[in-house]
Amino acid sequence: MRELMAGVAGFIFGIGLLVSGMTQPSKVIAFLDVTRGWDPSLLFVMASAMGVNALVYWKLVRRRAAPMYEPTFHLPTRRDIDLRLVLGAALFGIGWGLGGLCPGPALVSASSGSLGAIIFVAAMLVGMLLQHRLARTTARP
Amino acid sequence: MHSWLLAAVGGVLIGGSAALLMLTQGRIAGISGILGGMLPPMAVDRDWRAAFLFGLLGAGIVAAVVAPQAVGASVRGTPMLVVAGLLVGIGTRLGSGCTSGHGVCGLARMSPRSLVSVVTFMATGALTAIIAGGF
Repeated sequence: MRELMAGVAGFIFGIGLLVSGMTQPSKVIAFLDVTRGWDPSLLFVMASAMGVNALVYWKLVRRRAAPMYEPTFHLPTRRDIDLRLVLGAALFGIGWGLGGLCPGPALVSASSGSLGAIIFVAAMLVGMLLQHRLARTTARP
Repeated sequence: MHSWLLAAVGGVLIGGSAALLMLTQGRIAGISGILGGMLPPMAVDRDWRAAFLFGLLGAGIVAAVVAPQAVGASVRGTPMLVVAGLLVGIGTRLGSGCTSGHGVCGLARMSPRSLVSVVTFMATGALTAIIAGGF
């Protein structure tokens, strides 16, 4: 049941990305580029997604001692702002602005057969592996 | 349907999915984090991650059959896509999240880290799109 619900959540997430327009790189670029015929419609994706999620989090999740299929919640607790956070977000933004794809829409587009998205996802996986390796090397004393 | 209405409906589905994941698994629906946990050094909790990713990829397969126009063409050539993918891969793992984990989930939970992340990637994303659009 636990895995089934995770699978359902993944599927709904993917459909949401497809419906919202996030899987159209030209639309994402038109949203990010405020200087050339700005298309603000993707603001609604963020607003409604956050609204629904916030409602459930503050009204339901915070009142539960544990999630339905796990003994405890696994939610991030860190509140400190460090260089890794800012540098990582900055690099991610540059990649997002270049390709018009972020990880979720890239995966959905790749599985739909978009060659460009498949190339992007392959490079993204290499980037993730590189970062993992780098993190392990720098963590050594 | 108007694009802003589609955007809002899609957003409700995305937010609903993230809420479902939080309620059932107690997890954040952050795509880069879920995917990153499947790469070495692998996370121990791979079952729900794999299930979520299968569902996500399944949505793309359904789209290819039912509504192929929902997936837009790439706006860049292969070299630029490779650079973009590398930056997204490195950046999301270094910065512990992307549009979903920090954007949808973190902001909803009023996480200060997520607020800094979203402001940063929106700024560099906009700047990059503006500069790249000039060429």
